[in-house]
Amino acid sequence: MPSALKHMLFIVAPLLAVFAVLPGVYQNHLLLFNFVIFLILAQGVNIIYGFTGYLPFGYVGFFGAGAYGFAILVMHYQAPAVVAVLVAGLVGVALGLLLTPLLRLSGAYFAIANLAASLAVLHFVANPALENITRGPYGVSLTGTFNPTLAYTAALVVLALTLGAVVFLKNSRFGLALQAVREDAVSASMAGVNVVRMRVIAWLVSALVAGLAGGVYAWYVSVFYPDNVFSGEFSIFAIVFALFGGVASICGPIVGVILLYGIYNLIGFTTPQYFQLIYGLLIMGLVLFLPAGLVSLATRRGWHVP
Amino acid sequence: MSPDTAPILNVAKLTKRFGGFYALDGLSFHVAAGEILGLVGPNGSGKTTAINVISGLYAPDGGEVVLDGGSIGGVASHRLVHRGINRTFQIPKPFLSLTVRQNIEVALAYGRAAVAPPDMAALLDEYRLTDVADRPAADLNNAQQKMLDLVRALATRPRLLLLDELAAGLNPAELDWIAERIKALARSGVAIIVVEHLMGFIEHITDRVIVMNAGKEIFEGKLAVAVQVPQVIEVFLGGEHAA
Repeated sequence: MPSALKHMLFIVAPLLAVFAVLPGVYQNHLLLFNFVIFLILAQGVNIIYGFTGYLPFGYVGFFGAGAYGFAILVMHYQAPAVVAVLVAGLVGVALGLLLTPLLRLSGAYFAIANLAASLAVLHFVANPALENITRGPYGVSLTGTFNPTLAYTAALVVLALTLGAVVFLKNSRFGLALQAVREDAVSASMAGVNVVRMRVIAWLVSALVAGLAGGVYAWYVSVFYPDNVFSGEFSIFAIVFALFGGVASICGPIVGVILLYGIYNLIGFTTPQYFQLIYGLLIMGLVLFLPAGLVSLATRRGWHVP
Repeated sequence: MSPDTAPILNVAKLTKRFGGFYALDGLSFHVAAGEILGLVGPNGSGKTTAINVISGLYAPDGGEVVLDGGSIGGVASHRLVHRGINRTFQIPKPFLSLTVRQNIEVALAYGRAAVAPPDMAALLDEYRLTDVADRPAADLNNAQQKMLDLVRALATRPRLLLLDELAAGLNPAELDWIAERIKALARSGVAIIVVEHLMGFIEHITDRVIVMNAGKEIFEGKLAVAVQVPQVIEVFLGGEHAA
């Protein structure tokens, strides 16, 4: 069996099945939805960071842009929610295109510039002068499309597409070439790889993923403010989850989200007063002792982790 | 080289400036298919810069680089690879976290070799990498990483191969072995430019050398002749030895 098929059958399909069944047995649907959103975002970070080495500290910019793309289409054009989600993805891609010059930077410089860019988009959207278009800082209310059940299903579809993209990267020459670019761009070009084009493609795919996730999120919550959908927490959580599990793998970000977001909610419910302390210590421990993520525990022993 | 062979690469009056410093200052030379050309000169004479400009890492500031009659100055590296130029690096630059096999796979898949790309198993075997094929490139020793650099270049079937200090750090047995491999490549029709400090090695494998100083050529011909030329002796050993 080709390994791509194996990955789809034994990782992607079971994960989707579990999240498709869970709403029937577990009452906190919002929590399940948030899990799905973070699974999508962590894999989106995986695509850009794991396969190209660009750390997108302002990843939420695409997410928020997608959410507002959805809102504008619904508010001003009365578009059906599914169409609006697709447009949200395109808004993410458009913002990605606008920000491609950032790819000229690397390392911390890229991360900071990307963070600044996401703040710029936030303040652009939240600008009171744009009240007629975005409702500015006053937030949007999209009661017309409110349908959490359908929105949850849409989130699962986006998750499936995202995981499909990561499985493709993990099993294709394209993904291999991306990793080569991440390791050494000069050598990659000497292997005949068009470095700039590869980076731009990965960047736009991860922007598309976040845009779609933002659209689905807007559909699900239906009432939100700029500060909600542009909250830096989305970027940081998605990055931490992806790194905790281990990037450039399919399982790493999944394990990262389920463990860390699980712990996050567990601590939040039971002992909220210790939550930030424990969470902070956990992340510090991770950075100090497992910089390559949980997956590296296995790969260090020579086990192959998809 | 027979005089009627048209050169595959022609470099004319090439200049490359870094700020006010001219790393290349009017360098001219040519190399023909099947020929091994040595590029020698003291440190800082512009040998590696020449390789970097020819392989597309830097755009030239003046002069021409002509491959098969077409100007290639400033063309992106990956396009030059597709047109038949490849190189190794002084400090090998493999994809460290990828396995040796994956390293080569990238070049096989993206190199767009003009003729059928070479066979992976044969390449691994020929350059003594079969035993480490499934290990990450980071696990290789320096000599093995150099061979991997070379194999990555060969996987794209270059017609012009630039070897930047491939021999430095190899032991005598490895030197003899790699010298034979380089000669065999040249016999198969590849034009090869070798940058090297080991004069014995240069003497052994090259047909012709270009001696560089301060960004331009000061001698062209056999190495054995070069070492008798006062100007060459002066740049290598200092003025008092030239007399």
